[in-house]
Amino acid sequence: MQIPTIDESKTALNYHGAAEAASHHEAHPDHRIFGIIVFLVAEGMIFLGLFAAYLTFRAVAPVWPPEGTPERELLLPGINTAILIASSFVIHKGDTAVKNNNVASLRTWFLITAIMGAIFLAGQVYEYSHLEFGLKTNLYASTFYVLTGFHGMHVCFGILLILGVLWRSLKQGHYSSKNHFGVEAAEVYWHFVDIVWIVLFLLLYIL
Amino acid sequence: MTQLQVTDSANLGNTAETNTGGDWRKYFGFSTDHKVIGIQYLVTTFVFYLIGGALAAAVRTELATPDSDFVSRELYNSFFTIHATIMIFLWIVPAGTGGFGNYLIPLMIGAKDMAFPKLNAVAFWMIPPGGILLLSSFFVGAAGSGWTSYPPLSLINGQAGEFIWILSVLLLGTSSILGAVNFLVTLLKMRLPGMGLHQMPLFCWAMLSVSALVLVSTPVLAGALILLSFDLVAGTAFFNPTGGGDPVVYQHMFWFYSHPAVYIMILPMFGMISDILPVHARKPIFGYRAIAYSSLAISFLGLIVWAHHMFTSGTPAWLRMFFMIATMVIAIPTGIKVFSWLATIWGGKLDLNSAMLFGMGFVSMFVIGGLSGIMLASVPVDIHVHDTYFVVAHLHYVLFGGSVFGLYAGLYHWFPKMTGRMVNETWGRIHFALTLIGFNLCFLPMHKLGLEGMPRRVAEYDPKFAGLNLMATVGAYILAVSTIPFVINAVWSWMYGPKASANPWKALTLEWMTSSPPPVENFHEEPILWTGPYDYGIDFEEEGEEKSVEELLAEVKVDVG
Ligand SMILES: [Cu+2]
Repeated sequence: MQIPTIDESKTALNYHGAAEAASHHEAHPDHRIFGIIVFLVAEGMIFLGLFAAYLTFRAVAPVWPPEGTPERELLLPGINTAILIASSFVIHKGDTAVKNNNVASLRTWFLITAIMGAIFLAGQVYEYSHLEFGLKTNLYASTFYVLTGFHGMHVCFGILLILGVLWRSLKQGHYSSKNHFGVEAAEVYWHFVDIVWIVLFLLLYIL
Repeated sequence: MTQLQVTDSANLGNTAETNTGGDWRKYFGFSTDHKVIGIQYLVTTFVFYLIGGALAAAVRTELATPDSDFVSRELYNSFFTIHATIMIFLWIVPAGTGGFGNYLIPLMIGAKDMAFPKLNAVAFWMIPPGGILLLSSFFVGAAGSGWTSYPPLSLINGQAGEFIWILSVLLLGTSSILGAVNFLVTLLKMRLPGMGLHQMPLFCWAMLSVSALVLVSTPVLAGALILLSFDLVAGTAFFNPTGGGDPVVYQHMFWFYSHPAVYIMILPMFGMISDILPVHARKPIFGYRAIAYSSLAISFLGLIVWAHHMFTSGTPAWLRMFFMIATMVIAIPTGIKVFSWLATIWGGKLDLNSAMLFGMGFVSMFVIGGLSGIMLASVPVDIHVHDTYFVVAHLHYVLFGGSVFGLYAGLYHWFPKMTGRMVNETWGRIHFALTLIGFNLCFLPMHKLGLEGMPRRVAEYDPKFAGLNLMATVGAYILAVSTIPFVINAVWSWMYGPKASANPWKALTLEWMTSSPPPVENFHEEPILWTGPYDYGIDFEEEGEEKSVEELLAEVKVDVG
């Protein structure tokens, strides 16, 4: 007799008691944050694919950026980067607040994060309108716009998530120290957007 | 230990009250029940399979004679392009992962549903629009640059059709990613207490490997298609050499997904076969861990061999060497599986029903495809036969002889569980015979055609190839006919077939420990893991004694203590 699958804790009598207790309220524990992290792996792979394409274009090209590409200003993107990185710490403050059951402070921190995100986007739009190359100028320009644009879309979506959390937090008792999936989801997503930007910034502006 | 008796009596007491089964309308709505979604996937994708098959029949009709005399050359290009796109993105991938994955995973691991049921339904409901979108492109001139959509050809070949193709594939890819998130979380987090990873049925191991592969590779295809659509619509030049771009970068990104895609299309079937063969051979699976880990190995190795599709794309020699060796290494985990399956059925008490026949057909046809795969992995051979019918023969032995045979095996094996009815075995065997004959008649000659230099994707050919092409066309028609007995059998059995018991095959995995079809939330009582998934023939049924559940439980406790 092979009995690798049976041990004391799993035999019916012990097991049923536990199962009954668990099944009364929720069907199963909350796996949504884990799900979001798994999904972000996939999101991250889109960016990795685009980064790899960028690096290959760059490696194959004789000169990079191709000759005639106007110089880029570093000051504005630098400030923008600092704002986005800082916002990651701000949003974490919000998360800490909700874990202490302080919804008012959660609202403040999330509002600040959303404003910082909006400033980042505004800075991005300002930079686009002042650059001396367009989408089709050359390969560098095309990759620059598509990569930053695709990331900008993610920032937009992140801001929408944060605004969604703010909206829901207006309802009394929606978020608490025990129940704050939305807050955590928005935070994880925001960190992701932030990390992607750091890589993007290094690739497009610094290297 | 008398597992079967116990689980039967413990779990099926109140079958009648919950087993309502009847309401067919739920299959047309937004259901969050993983079993409904699984069947929705299977039926929808099968309809697309028939459409893709009709396109293949049209392609073979054109190729029955050397001249281009059936459809225009442009339409021929669209036919084989859409044929491949449907078969990959609307049949094999969603049927193997979405269909069987959804239906079986929660049942096999004793869960009530998937981790995210709503997300699951959303993923399914992306499939029909994706498919309809793709087919609608025929009204504006469907994409005709092959399912690979290589630029610069795809950029100059009819913008509207190509753009619709991209949108459709992006939609279907998103569906596949959302499905994979669900599978991975469900498999890792929702197993029955007491079921470790090593007590999972091998199908679950396969799905674990597939989901990881989907999550890592599919997004890169999305990236490639986003860039391609910019080239197509906005006039950038990422992949267009005339604007300074590099078409080879597209090929790298495309194959970074599309080589793993062949494992996304075959690993679920590997898993299903590993679960089907032991049941009908009444023997434990040979080398459980070897099969489980080889799935993981395949999925890892699958990620680092993509450039074997690009041996003729100017890939430097040292790189070709690397990809050649890495590709050949994949033969090892695959070979381990094949030997394990053979050892499993060796000396078994085979029940040659339709499921088993297709299972064995799968193993033998897949081996042929695997062997030609090793030939193609070798750079000198590949350069010789690149873009010839040898490649067409190889990929159909893997994807039809492998994947489709595997899907049929799974359909026959789990049909009683899904519908609560038995399928007619005689017609199942006729279906198998017709499929096997038609398949080999159609694709075996293509090896020779390819070695003699007949190029793929061209509507006309040298008259000296006429004989073998006619043979292939006849085979294709037999294949088309072979689906008729299957469809009639399946529909008839679903409505009027004899009622299936909970466990008609006397199988040991958990999906058979509940009624057929299972109730909503799957199990009447929390299932208990009494046995490993493959403990067939081990101390099987002591004759002539009936014990109550309590007595058996006491016995187990003594065993453990
Ligand atoms: Cu490949």
